[in-house]
Amino acid sequence: MPFFLFAFMFLIAPIFYLVNGAFQTQDGQYSLETIRGLFAPEILNSFSLSIRLSLASAGMGAIFGLILAYSLIHGGLPSWVRRAFMTFSGVASNFAGVPLAFAFIATLGRLGLVTLVLRDFLGVNIYASGFSLFSFLGLALTYLYFQLPLMILMITPALEGLRPEWREAAESLGATRRQYLSRVAMPLLAPSVLGCFLLLFANAFGTLATIYALTGANFQVVPIVLFQQIRGNVLYNPNLGYAIAVGMIVLMGLSNTLYFILRRRAERWQK
Amino acid sequence: MSRQVPVLSVVIAVLGAAFFIVPLIATFNFSLRMKRGELSFEAYRSVFESDVFVSVLSFSAVASMLAILVGIVIVVPTAYWVRLRVPRMRPVVEFLSLMPLIIPPVVLVFGYVRIYGTGSFLPMTMTDTGTNTLLVIGYVVLSIPYMYRAVDNGMASIDIATLTEAAESLGASRLRTIAFVIFPNIRSAIVSGAFLTFSISLGEFVITSLLNRPGFGPYLVQMGQDYAYQPAALAIMAFAFTWTCMVLMEVFANLKPGQRLLRQRTSTSVEKALP
Repeated sequence: MPFFLFAFMFLIAPIFYLVNGAFQTQDGQYSLETIRGLFAPEILNSFSLSIRLSLASAGMGAIFGLILAYSLIHGGLPSWVRRAFMTFSGVASNFAGVPLAFAFIATLGRLGLVTLVLRDFLGVNIYASGFSLFSFLGLALTYLYFQLPLMILMITPALEGLRPEWREAAESLGATRRQYLSRVAMPLLAPSVLGCFLLLFANAFGTLATIYALTGANFQVVPIVLFQQIRGNVLYNPNLGYAIAVGMIVLMGLSNTLYFILRRRAERWQK
Repeated sequence: MSRQVPVLSVVIAVLGAAFFIVPLIATFNFSLRMKRGELSFEAYRSVFESDVFVSVLSFSAVASMLAILVGIVIVVPTAYWVRLRVPRMRPVVEFLSLMPLIIPPVVLVFGYVRIYGTGSFLPMTMTDTGTNTLLVIGYVVLSIPYMYRAVDNGMASIDIATLTEAAESLGASRLRTIAFVIFPNIRSAIVSGAFLTFSISLGEFVITSLLNRPGFGPYLVQMGQDYAYQPAALAIMAFAFTWTCMVLMEVFANLKPGQRLLRQRTSTSVEKALP
C-alpha cells in the first residue's frame, strides 16, 4: 500500500525521530535530561505565553461564536442572514496566515483605518491608551478573525439539534426564557461548546504564519521558538528543540483527543 | 412570541457582521492609498508589475498542482481499497489521515529537515530537486485530511461494489477499474478537495520558508517587511482567491456523479416539458 508507505515515511518516521531525540542527551545517551530542559524558565515562559494566547483567543471565539450562532439559528432572523454568515464563515475560517496579518495591520495598526477613524472622529487614541496590535490583546483579536467563523461552523449542528419541542415542553411547564437556557439548552450544549473550545485552542496553538508576519520573532510563542531553532539552532541544543516539538505534539494531541471524546458525548443528543 | 422583532439578535448579528467586514473595508481602503491624496490601484499595479511576484506565484502554483496530483494518486486508491476490501482498516486509515491536523506543520518540517537533511540516509535537501520534492510532499501531507474526506464522501454517494463487479465481469483490471470507472464517478468530489488543497498550499509559509523555497508565502512576509501598501493589496487578492476556491469547492462538492457544472439547455427544457 503506497498510502502506508507514504504515511510512514513522511508522518510517522519524522515524529518518531523527534520523540526519540527528545529522550536523548546531545551525546546520544537516553535520559530524561532533555525533557527536564523544557522546564527552564525561557521555555516554560514560551509555553505559558502560547497557552495563554490560545486560551484567550479560543475563549473569545467560543463565547462570541456561540452567542452569534445562537442568534442566527434561534433568534428569529431571516434565513438569508444565516446563509450569508455561513458562507462568509467558510471563507474566513480559511483566511489565515500572512494575508490576515496584513489585513489587521491595515485595520488596527498604528496607521490602520479603524485606529485613525477612532482618533480623528471620536477622539480616542487607542495606541496612546496602551493598545497595540502587536501585543497580546492585538494578537488575540487577530486570531479571533478565523476562530469566530470556525466556532460558528462547528457549533451550528449542535444548535440545530436543539429541538423546538424541548423548548415548548419547558415553556408549557412554566419555565422562563432564562430557565430554559440555563437548565435545558446550556447543559445540552456544554459538551459541544467545550469540544469546540478545545479545537479552537489547538488551532490557535499551532498558528505560526500570522504571528510571525505580525511580530517577527518578538513574541516568543512555542511555534516561533521552534521556527528559529530550525533556522539556526538558537537554543544551542538540538535535542531541546526535539523536546519542544514533542511538547507541542502532546498538547495538540491532548486537546484533539478530548475534543473527539466530547463530540462523541454531544452526538448522543443529535440523533 | 415568534412575531416580535428580535432586537437582541439583530444587534448581535450586526456586531458580528461588523467584526467580519470592517477589516476587509479597512484593508481595501488602505490598499488604494499608495498615491498621496487620491485613491488609486497603484499598489495593485506595482505588485503585478514585479517579476518576483510572477515567479513566486508560478512556483507555488506548480508546487500546489503537483501536490494535488500526488494527493489524488495516494488517496483515491486507498479510500477505494478501504471501502471495498478492508473496512476493518478504516479507523487506522482515518486516524492517519487526520494526523496532519494534530501535528503542526512546523513540527512536521522539523522532522523532515533532520531525517532527509544533510548527512542522513536519504539527503533530499542536498539538491534543489530533492528539496522541491520534499516541499510537494509536505503540501500533500497538509492536504490529506481534506482530500481524504472529500474523496471518501464522494465514494459514499456511489455504489462502488456494484461498479467494481460490473467492471471486473467485463474483464477490467483493478487499476483500470479505478482509473476509468471509479475516478470519473467521483470526479467532482476530487475537484472539490483539490480547490481546498490549492487554497491551503498556495500561500503556505512555514514549510516553504523552512525549506528555503522561493514560494508565495515567504514572499508575502518579505513584502510585509519592505512595503506599506502592497501588503494590503495582496491581502485583498488573497481574500478574493480564498473566496473563489471555497465557492468552487462547495459547487463541486454538491454536484452529483455524472452531473455537469453547466447543464445543457436542451436537457433542462426536456425536463421542464415532462410533468
